[in-house]
Amino acid sequence: MNIMKFRPLFLVISSILLLTSIFSIVKWGFQLSVDFSGGSSWQIALPSKPNDSSITKIFTQNKIELVSLSHNQDKYYLKFSNITSDQKNILTQNFQKLDSKFVDLQFETLGPTLGKELLMKTVYAIILSAITLLLFIGTRFKDSSFGMGAVLAMFHDGIILVGAFSLLGHFFGTEVDALFVTALLTTLSASVHDTVVTFDRIRELRRTTYQYDWVELANRAVSEVIVRSINNSMTVIFMLFALVMLGGESTRWFSMALLIGVVCGTYSSTAVAIPLMLLTKRKNDQKRKSN
Amino acid sequence: MIVNLPVKLDLFGRTFYRPDFSFTLGTFSFKPNLDLRYGLDLAGGASLTYDIDTSKISQANLQNALNSLKSNIERRVNLFGVSESSIGLTNQNGDHRLVVDLPGVTDIQQAIDLIGKTAQLSFMGVVDENLFTTATTSAEFAKSLKDTGLNGSHLILAAPQSNPNTGEVEVSLEFNAEGTKLFEKATTDYLNKRLAILLDNEIITAPNVSVIIPDGKAVINGTFDTKSAKSLSAQLNAGALPLPIKSIITSTVGATLGQDSINKGIRAGLVGLAIVSLFMIGNYGYLGFIADISLIIYGLITLTLYRLIPVTLTFPGIVGFILSVGMAVDSNILIFERMKEELRAGKTWNNAMELGFGKAWNSIKDANSCTIITGLILFNPFNWTFLNSSGMVRGFAVTLLIGVILGMFTGVFVTRNLLRVLAKEKL
Repeated sequence: MNIMKFRPLFLVISSILLLTSIFSIVKWGFQLSVDFSGGSSWQIALPSKPNDSSITKIFTQNKIELVSLSHNQDKYYLKFSNITSDQKNILTQNFQKLDSKFVDLQFETLGPTLGKELLMKTVYAIILSAITLLLFIGTRFKDSSFGMGAVLAMFHDGIILVGAFSLLGHFFGTEVDALFVTALLTTLSASVHDTVVTFDRIRELRRTTYQYDWVELANRAVSEVIVRSINNSMTVIFMLFALVMLGGESTRWFSMALLIGVVCGTYSSTAVAIPLMLLTKRKNDQKRKSN
Repeated sequence: MIVNLPVKLDLFGRTFYRPDFSFTLGTFSFKPNLDLRYGLDLAGGASLTYDIDTSKISQANLQNALNSLKSNIERRVNLFGVSESSIGLTNQNGDHRLVVDLPGVTDIQQAIDLIGKTAQLSFMGVVDENLFTTATTSAEFAKSLKDTGLNGSHLILAAPQSNPNTGEVEVSLEFNAEGTKLFEKATTDYLNKRLAILLDNEIITAPNVSVIIPDGKAVINGTFDTKSAKSLSAQLNAGALPLPIKSIITSTVGATLGQDSINKGIRAGLVGLAIVSLFMIGNYGYLGFIADISLIIYGLITLTLYRLIPVTLTFPGIVGFILSVGMAVDSNILIFERMKEELRAGKTWNNAMELGFGKAWNSIKDANSCTIITGLILFNPFNWTFLNSSGMVRGFAVTLLIGVILGMFTGVFVTRNLLRVLAKEKL
């Protein structure tokens, strides 16, 4: 199986994905949840399904700034500025008047300084895991070409996942919250996980077969491990897919982020990490020849 | 695994009970609470975070003040009757915070009101009954009342009790020596009138004085039920908090959403598990079936650990668990693929099996260490303040960590032994 001949195709796919991601991040940014932006978020159920304007009216009457409003059947998701518990009582009474079967499902309000704090913690967590994964790859693969390939593939996956949520945010109002960051870190580790399995095989083949052409080695390694690599991912994908479809509202997007991450990680270990590794290997070989 | 049995099981008309695991060894008593613990997002409840204003207190007194603030809030919460509540102090680079988790609280607003009160308790005589009953503004109330000099610092304890004669629920009050004198004077001055009790200038109750009380022990009776009596006692006990607090995060989850989340999580988990099991059997036949058995053993051990440690399950935690089930079969896939390879290379069945386990171990170890590293960063075991320590993120990290470590054990150890016993000759 000569998978490496598809390298130009992989380059095109990855470039499109990366450019779209970066474009969306720069142009549209993110829909930050109250975890990051501060403010209140409230999830309520109104079985009589009133139209949006009657809800907006309640907020304007009480002089509370409503930032966003969306609904899915009888469940309404509201985002607005910070409120006191008295104000919440008044809103509750208003909603009860609007619909006697009103249910308060979930409410959260966060002061504005906390968002910044969480953002900083997130950045630290990402830096810390990137560094530890780097160190791990460094000790596992003393060869810098392998390390580079794995790390760049990891960033490739991270950027695409972040970009995907920027796009989802722009078109569907999907929010980036503390759990998204958790999914991002899990994705980074899953990405390295897959790459390690393939790289291990390349090294083993090089030891045992006395084959020195890196492209040949890579092709052989990939065709030998691609089944288990895909099977591995499939089991995780089945679980996550079940969660996205059946797992309920509160963590649907969290599961979705993990799903995108795992799919991306499987693709990138073959299509990004190895071609990048080959690139640096070939350059080294050329240097050696010209010397 | 017996731990996972329900406490009581009705089967074929007979009732079985889960064995009791408690034992006593010398002074050491082991009484595990084997029920799964649910986090706030699943049990429903409220989580409140307060910023503590420490600007007006000297560094020397700070720790004392923080501790008494905590115990004061604890007392309020306990009297409110919340089981498994947790109250914690955190220090974010000098910003002191108080986090109160109240699982299962249904009347969330009442809890918020109760905890949030920087209560200043005072007792006032009603001098103008007409004005008092018709008053609507605080200025009018103030005019109808006269301070007795009695306040929260004189109160030793307020507690709900049931009247030994009538069985009615009432609230008992006990004052200290100075308070006893003041209370005697107040009950003399306002005999057959009303004595208003104010918390932060808000009237919480205004009982009639029916008798002069000289011993500092009084009861307030009226139309209490157990809950309102508890709540009133809590308010009375609250007194003044040593440090002012300000709410910065409030989050509440209704109980219906939690139950819904649990049901949906279980459904998703079972469907996912069924697909993965079929996938393994479809791909690896008999071997896949054995992997499925060890996967079920994995699931049971995991649930047992959750109960024994105990792990508080949150919804992200359930996602972590379900995800780890998908990852747990990974090691089996790596091993089986390796075995196929060795068989193709002409090895005997037994050789292929042992080689498969031996050689795949390297990949399994490497691949899982990445997940363990990330899991640890997310779990933040040393409570590093520059990292996240929110319950949601931790809930996910802990189930993922347990899952990955245990998955390595069952995937390699359990499957290997099952294979040795069950699949000696055939493929």
